[in-house]
Amino acid sequence: MKVLVAVKRVVDSGIKVRVKPDGIDLQGVKMTINPFCEIAVEEAVRLKEKKLIAEIVAVTIGPKQGAESLRHALALGADKAIHVTTEARIDQAVQPLDVANILAKLVERDNYNLVLMGKQSIDDDFNQTGQMLAGLLDWPQATFASNIQITDGIAQVVREIDGGLQTVKFKLPGVITCDLRLNQPRFASVPNIMKAKSKPLETIPLDKLGKLHNSIQITKTEAPAIRKGGAIVENVDVLIQKLRNEAKLF
Amino acid sequence: MQIIRNRLMVNHIPRFGFKYMSDSTFLNEEHLQIQKAALDFSKEKMLPYSAEWDKKHHFPKDVLRELAAMGFSTIYVKQESGGVGLDRLTASVIFEALSYGDVTTTAYLTIQNMCAYMVDQFGNEEQKKTWIPRFGTFDAFASYCLTEPNSGSDSKNMKTFAKKDGNDYVINGSKCFISGGSVSDVYLLMCKTSEKDVSCIIVEKGTPGLSFGKLEDKMGWNASPTSMVLFDNVRVPQSNLLGKEGNGFKMAMSALDGGRINIASCSLGGASFAFDLSKDYLHDRKQFGQPLASFQGLQFKFADMATNLVTSRLIVRQAAQMIDNNHPDKTLYSAMAKRYATDSCFNVANEALQLHGGYGYLSEYQIERIVRDLRVHQILEGTNEIMKVIISRNLLK
Repeated sequence: MKVLVAVKRVVDSGIKVRVKPDGIDLQGVKMTINPFCEIAVEEAVRLKEKKLIAEIVAVTIGPKQGAESLRHALALGADKAIHVTTEARIDQAVQPLDVANILAKLVERDNYNLVLMGKQSIDDDFNQTGQMLAGLLDWPQATFASNIQITDGIAQVVREIDGGLQTVKFKLPGVITCDLRLNQPRFASVPNIMKAKSKPLETIPLDKLGKLHNSIQITKTEAPAIRKGGAIVENVDVLIQKLRNEAKLF
Repeated sequence: MQIIRNRLMVNHIPRFGFKYMSDSTFLNEEHLQIQKAALDFSKEKMLPYSAEWDKKHHFPKDVLRELAAMGFSTIYVKQESGGVGLDRLTASVIFEALSYGDVTTTAYLTIQNMCAYMVDQFGNEEQKKTWIPRFGTFDAFASYCLTEPNSGSDSKNMKTFAKKDGNDYVINGSKCFISGGSVSDVYLLMCKTSEKDVSCIIVEKGTPGLSFGKLEDKMGWNASPTSMVLFDNVRVPQSNLLGKEGNGFKMAMSALDGGRINIASCSLGGASFAFDLSKDYLHDRKQFGQPLASFQGLQFKFADMATNLVTSRLIVRQAAQMIDNNHPDKTLYSAMAKRYATDSCFNVANEALQLHGGYGYLSEYQIERIVRDLRVHQILEGTNEIMKVIISRNLLK
């Protein structure tokens, strides 16, 4: 069984972002693999260690530096990598539907039995790509996975939903998007980082697989409002007045 | 062995890079990848426990074994011998990242690396096969014995003697300030085999006549056991000789340049941590209605700390690269790097303590532990005074 794992290179969650009029300032900023994508890679590696899958292929879309996330995936245990190259801003111009279309082309080209992805990326938080990909391929999907079991070609996934936990079952092939509590990724050990250097990495220019339509335009990017201090009110009437007129609650 | 880690997503500890001042001069993509792996490990498996290890004088053998599984205990041992086969610059980056979390255990890790390197460089096939795999997993802990009560800087004047007797050596003497003393399984002993010849002999713990002094009570490096190592008619087969008789000094010299980069790198990590804590403190602490960061005196102090940290890093990495390229000036630059980085980084930590005011004196704020740990780096692996001897001798010859 072959698995495709999609990974995205995003701004590191720990740094303080600088907001510019045209978006987040990416210049010289620390980038890292999207945490949910890393969880997806780790899950694929664990499934391979359980001998449920035979091959893991990691794919990313982005500029030259995007290969870092691929090499990280290879160091964690992926067998091969595909780099779909584009110079477009991956935090703005590379959007879910376009990504889903590109991934669908790769799925058709290479015949994967399963696609694992993070549930969303922490830069745009769209939480759409996995769902759209399943739709385009007409495949079953399970999102927000916190547990994955595969037996005889049937995937059983526990999903974290608002109401609690939901278990779904479907026959592969399918798309599963991974949530936080699915696993804790391993550290990439130095021997594995070095082994990763000799694993195959295929480069494909984006226009060979699809197109970026930019159908969603970002009109404004702003930092959240700075928290203002509170105030002590003398009585309930003043409280109600503030809630109505200042907080505009009702 | 799969290494699981705990990730606190809610209070996300910034994982990539040091919190501030993370520069990647001299580093290529592979170095950065390995640095990230080392920093992740350091921040999650060492940093939260460093204070406790120091307070309890606990030597974390289990964490050292996990470090070995990451490939950090035989970093520059050749791959053919079972090591990781990377260069000194990578080693420097790794030790810098790990010492961000805990200086003391990282310093011990550098000793393990050095002992493994010596066996790899000078050992015969039998010795390499016996020891390198065990060093590589920390199945065997190694110590390096050079210093004696009466010969520190004057190491050539050592008195510990190994006399030939049949097919054995019989060893008498004592070594002091040995990191890992009494805990380590294997001791790489530098001793005299003739009046002039210094040789290196492998002595295993448990050999009759081998005993240890009490564990020393030190200013810092508390997570690492230090004791005297005593040899009373210790008998070992002559096959325990590493390399050739009389080559001991050359062996030590070849290991020393790297050892100096290693200890300097440990200073870098500790100082980085103190620096990061200081930056936060300067913003958080207010006096006279303003954050400390708005006072010029402290701004100047902080500016100097940053400059010291960055320049230390540069010279250490440059010297590491020179060792890797076998540059004719590698010894000169290694001595300069060790002297400069250990002094500067101690000052960074010491100034960080001052910046923290009274809180800097409390162990809870961690700065004082960094100061205590870094202080010894100015002394061991060759005192900074000896470094100046080496530097001037190299330049004025």
